[in-house]
Amino acid sequence: MSTLFTNARLIDPEAGTERRGALLVEGGHVKAVIEGTELPEAREVIDCRGKCLAPGIVDLGVKVSEPGERHKESFASAGRAAAAGGVTTMVTRPDTSPAIDTPETLEFVVRRAREDSPVRVLPMAALTKGREGREMTEIGFLKDAGAVAFTDCDRVVTDTKVYSRALTYAHSLGALVMGHVQEPGLSNGACVTSGKFASLRGLPGVSPMAERMALDRDIALVEMTGARYHADQITTARALPALTRAKTNGLDITAGVSVHHLTLNELDVADYRSFFKLKPPLRSEEDREAAVEALASGLIDVLCSMHTPQDEESKRLPFEEAASGAVGLETLLPAALRLYHAERIDLPALFRALSLNPSKRLGLETGRLAAGAPADLVWFDPDAPFVLDRATLRSKSRNTPFDGARLQGRVLGTWVAGRSVTETA
Amino acid sequence: MTFRHRHLLGIEPLHPLEITELLDRADHYATLNREGRAPRDVLAGLTQINMFFENSTRTQASFELAGKRLGADVMNMAMQASSLKKGETLIDTALTLNAMRPDLLVVRHPNSGAVDLLAQKVNCAVLNAGDGRHEHPTQALLDALTIRRAKGRLHRLSIAICGDIAHSRVARSNIMLLGKMENRLRLIAPPTLMPSGVAEFGVEVFDDMEEGLKDVDVVMMLRLQKERMDGGFIPSEREYFHRYGLDAAKLAHAKDDAIVMHPGPMNRGVEIDGTIADDINRSVIQEQVEMGVAVRMAAMELLARNLRAERTGTEATA
Repeated sequence: MSTLFTNARLIDPEAGTERRGALLVEGGHVKAVIEGTELPEAREVIDCRGKCLAPGIVDLGVKVSEPGERHKESFASAGRAAAAGGVTTMVTRPDTSPAIDTPETLEFVVRRAREDSPVRVLPMAALTKGREGREMTEIGFLKDAGAVAFTDCDRVVTDTKVYSRALTYAHSLGALVMGHVQEPGLSNGACVTSGKFASLRGLPGVSPMAERMALDRDIALVEMTGARYHADQITTARALPALTRAKTNGLDITAGVSVHHLTLNELDVADYRSFFKLKPPLRSEEDREAAVEALASGLIDVLCSMHTPQDEESKRLPFEEAASGAVGLETLLPAALRLYHAERIDLPALFRALSLNPSKRLGLETGRLAAGAPADLVWFDPDAPFVLDRATLRSKSRNTPFDGARLQGRVLGTWVAGRSVTETA
Repeated sequence: MTFRHRHLLGIEPLHPLEITELLDRADHYATLNREGRAPRDVLAGLTQINMFFENSTRTQASFELAGKRLGADVMNMAMQASSLKKGETLIDTALTLNAMRPDLLVVRHPNSGAVDLLAQKVNCAVLNAGDGRHEHPTQALLDALTIRRAKGRLHRLSIAICGDIAHSRVARSNIMLLGKMENRLRLIAPPTLMPSGVAEFGVEVFDDMEEGLKDVDVVMMLRLQKERMDGGFIPSEREYFHRYGLDAAKLAHAKDDAIVMHPGPMNRGVEIDGTIADDINRSVIQEQVEMGVAVRMAAMELLARNLRAERTGTEATA
């Protein structure tokens, strides 16, 4: 089975280029990238009509609510949402109920994903049992069962003894640990970033400094243990110098950011709109600017959706009591394209953060448009305008902050291992 | 016919002219109340429900009295006791109440923004009687009326707000209202009780009482909540009183005719010296309570007027 994608604008994040050309896919892999006019034969030919063809998105940190809360999101619904959003790999979070902290639960997840999801699913597992920060999980067994990284998600391991042992043990197995950088003493009870807006709304705020404090601590622990470490979301200007230093000093550290923190700021909460309640909370415009800059420069490595489904019941509450998080699989690309349209980042650099870097960090072959790479592809029109109607989302939960937003960028097709997963509407 | 809102959720959305209209009506009712001539037909036929999700004696009594003086049918619901314990959400409670077709809903809730949320789900007029640390508009209005009556004007005054500003909805609403009316505001508090971003509020900020009170016309004290007294935000009650409690020595830095206000209930000996609170030449604390009823009468009258106009309008177009 071979497929030839012709007349495409090829986005190659590895080479940092975009050019006109064709792509030949055979046996689930990219066979050749063709720039000339002489095209090889193929069983199937897809005319990309001059639109973009890029390596599929690897979304690092997706919450699928199985096990425990399948009414919020299942592997089937998340997989459909991912396919519609150009996400070809979901790297899933273990903050389910129960937490994914044993090889048995992990196997359940892997099986459910294989049965139901049209896109690839790579699970992460909890770093400590029950995500309680007391005892480390069976990191070895979990890794053998397919866990690609270890994290307690938004629960910070406060006991540094426990944390350092877990990092040391993970290091011996070459396992990646993902940390949530919020100093919990400061952030406890807060639901917005402190400052004028928080005070005007009378909402408890957390200083942006809580992020830097937690990052500083984690960097010290990484220096101590040699662990492979990824900070899930860096969203404040003050944390960036610490990240720069850690990288300059040769520590094995990378960092991510959610698209929401790059495209929205604290004022979007407006009159207590709980769909804008995120963890960490939305930041000031200055912090948003700094994070965009850091993504463009490559200091922040990974751009993700932090897809967090919440049902209406958990969101339709007073702001302080409402659940945190937003769905993002389907809006990740069009929201990220706001940065492209604002001329803050070019498309190869954008896909470096969306596809290439997360793949590299997890040791995957995906994320590239080169011969030999898996044929995980997204075909999209970066300019197509639309107004998002949350009722059209494939996710079971529709808690998006972009309801009614004007966005640009439509996914025209998604392929996983050369096979189309595009829904025919 | 200046005041055009469906609800009274906060001071923030009000125009200075709307504030003036509210205060003028309230002043009128203050006079009628003193003469015992409050008109019983203004809210006749309307149902007022007081929903207090947080304990309050004086505010609830004030709203109840205001409604009754104007002839409304008033019902009090103690919300901690009922639905919340049974796990009903705020929105479900709102929808249930809405089905009983009240006209005026007076709501107090411990969460900021909760009254806004509730107001989106009901067909009646909603009055915010205090939501979390957000707003307490009728308190700010009654403070404004008290100041206007004592000082003869509500602009170009130097006004100090002192105490636990960070956790105070009274302070938020007052900062908003007094700022809109073009007064000079001075906030005085220990830095731990000052809200974040306060420098951007367009006010002067002090952590020293004597410096902050210099030549002010009005001294507004805030209540210090018991749970803030034990080492979390301030070292102790006695150190707080020593540095921030209003006594004669500190008050001497204000203008000679400065008035002293407090939203109540007071902690005598914590934020205010008892003799100052009782000094009839300086303290207007009792007057504040009296104006509270008048302001709430005015607010409900204007909201009822708009509600009736809206209903007639709907019928006319239907």
